[in-house]
Amino acid sequence: MILTPLISLALAFAISAVVILAIGESPVEALKVMVEGALGSSYGWGNTLYYTTNYIFTGLAVAVAYHAGLFNIGGEGQATMGGLGVALCCLFIPWPHWTLALLGAAVAGALFGALWALIPAWLQAKRGSHIVITTIMFNFIAYNILTHLLSKTLRPLGSMDPATANFPPATHIPGLWQLAEMMGFAWGKHSLANVTLFIALLMAFLVWVLIWRTRLGYELRAFGKSEPAARYAGISPVRITIITMLISGGLAGMMAVNNVMGMSERLILNAVEGAGFFGIAVALMGRNHPVGIVLAALLFGFLFQGGAELSLWTSIPRELIAVIQGLVILFTGALDNMVRLPLERLFAARRRKEG
Amino acid sequence: MDVMTVVQILDSTVRLMTPLLLACLAGLYSERSGIFDIGLEGKMLMAAFSAGAVAALTGSAVLGLLAGILGSLALALVHGLASITFRGNQLISGVAINLFAGGFTVLVGQKLFGLGGRTPPVSGNARFSEITLPGATAIRDVPVIGPIYSEIISGHSPLVYLALLAVPLTWWVLYRTRFGLRLRAVGENPASVDTAGISVTRLRYSAVMICGVLCGIAGAYMAISLSAGFVKDMTAGRGYIALAALIFAKWRPWHALGATFLFGLLEAISNRFPQLHLGPITLSESFMLTLPYILTVVILAGFVGRAIPPRAGGEPYVKER
Repeated sequence: MILTPLISLALAFAISAVVILAIGESPVEALKVMVEGALGSSYGWGNTLYYTTNYIFTGLAVAVAYHAGLFNIGGEGQATMGGLGVALCCLFIPWPHWTLALLGAAVAGALFGALWALIPAWLQAKRGSHIVITTIMFNFIAYNILTHLLSKTLRPLGSMDPATANFPPATHIPGLWQLAEMMGFAWGKHSLANVTLFIALLMAFLVWVLIWRTRLGYELRAFGKSEPAARYAGISPVRITIITMLISGGLAGMMAVNNVMGMSERLILNAVEGAGFFGIAVALMGRNHPVGIVLAALLFGFLFQGGAELSLWTSIPRELIAVIQGLVILFTGALDNMVRLPLERLFAARRRKEG
Repeated sequence: MDVMTVVQILDSTVRLMTPLLLACLAGLYSERSGIFDIGLEGKMLMAAFSAGAVAALTGSAVLGLLAGILGSLALALVHGLASITFRGNQLISGVAINLFAGGFTVLVGQKLFGLGGRTPPVSGNARFSEITLPGATAIRDVPVIGPIYSEIISGHSPLVYLALLAVPLTWWVLYRTRFGLRLRAVGENPASVDTAGISVTRLRYSAVMICGVLCGIAGAYMAISLSAGFVKDMTAGRGYIALAALIFAKWRPWHALGATFLFGLLEAISNRFPQLHLGPITLSESFMLTLPYILTVVILAGFVGRAIPPRAGGEPYVKER
């Protein structure tokens, strides 16, 4: 059943190509620029992997919730609040070394993200309010809280732009290119990817363990498959909903280690850059499996970095990526049956013939 | 705060609530038929762009409005295909539509006009002008009624009055026509509608299409009436505020009017007073703009009256399970 997402993806790309043709550009040229810019150099790879890291976190966040039958559309807000947690942790705790700061920031980011998911989770579990709507609302609330804090409370004196002060040097986490330099070879100088990538991959592994190798994961999947059956088996819906959303929000919040601590090294507005929504596409593409998610995150990391290159070298604006992203979500998520049902019929017919 | 300020704020409330009201009613038709729609934002954006582009190219506001409606309808059709015909996830389809519209409008706008996703400013016939209601100038100087009539009620774009008329019309359609009864039924219990020999598919498609038309008018209003042209991401979350208003109104037309008025008022106040001093407390602009979302969460949680969505909402209908 790996065929369905591949065909869906092909359809999404085909329509994207038609859109590029329609605006009078060549899809082949565009693809060439994107591949060249995102994968053609170690610098391009460095940036691609940076975005990949973001999308692994948000993709896992969506997937964990999805296994429990919950649609967490609030990754954007949770990652925003995670950024706040990371920023506070980096600014106000005198860290002796970046390794400790990294651990502390990961915990702080996850904690803030989890807490931001807690209220929608609690409202869904206890009051029955739809989690999709509440998480959407919480995205906006998070954004406005951050706007307020950055323009009033956290903005350093004398500074005009809505951002915190720069984090102290002790919280600087090395980029992958610096690691490469330490090991004695030159790779992707000044590219954005940093050691957070390893945390992301570790999280992907831990999510796999959680979902398929633990009792909690089993309960979570059972709850996602059938709530009445899970309830009959003695699984508490309130407990599962809340724990799942805490994990999901925590994963989204942890993303901030990458973009806030690893990249901008201060908290700015809009630091998330839509990664919460990319997470939906990534989870759908990756069929909610960690391995699939890492691969899909790489694909979208390539698209995002390639899109930036595209707007730099051609007249195609980077919004093309939003079009592709929308189409991928549409075909792999909403129009899934359009591809799957004819395929199933085809295979069933073939099996009948053989049998 | 003098009387003139209050009048000005209410006047701008009417302007700002119009797109919210149209989008809210749009969502009302769709969700009452059992199709969740978080793609209001994308449809409005698409409509705003189509309207702005066509009005700029043809110099006609009416053609702009029609183009806006068509643009929105195209996305509504996609949503219908995904959620009715192919029984896909309606929420995911909505997210996809919003992302697609956000990118597509800039992509095509940049190609057509090369203004970074903007459409050229429209004026004259390419924009809906304000109409002065009869007698508005005559009674302008009458105390109380004068400013209320001539400033707040009169002097808006025809689309504003269209939106206001859509409220009683929606109420009438929903509660006084056969179509409305069936629409409400299909959102609560599609199987019973199907048993009565009425096509669930056709009913839901009509609702989704009505939703498309209303979102189209909302978007066109933003681009060629409220503003003079389309700007990248100009809906700026209004589709979500409309969704919030719909919940706030508990999926009822007259309440939608009240909810969008309240949210429009909050926006108008925060535009006018970025810092609102109320005795010891100061309300900031971001707080005012957050209030609609907070209020919606509170309503949704059932702390102040309970908002219960149509029962079959979000569920694709499968004949003969």
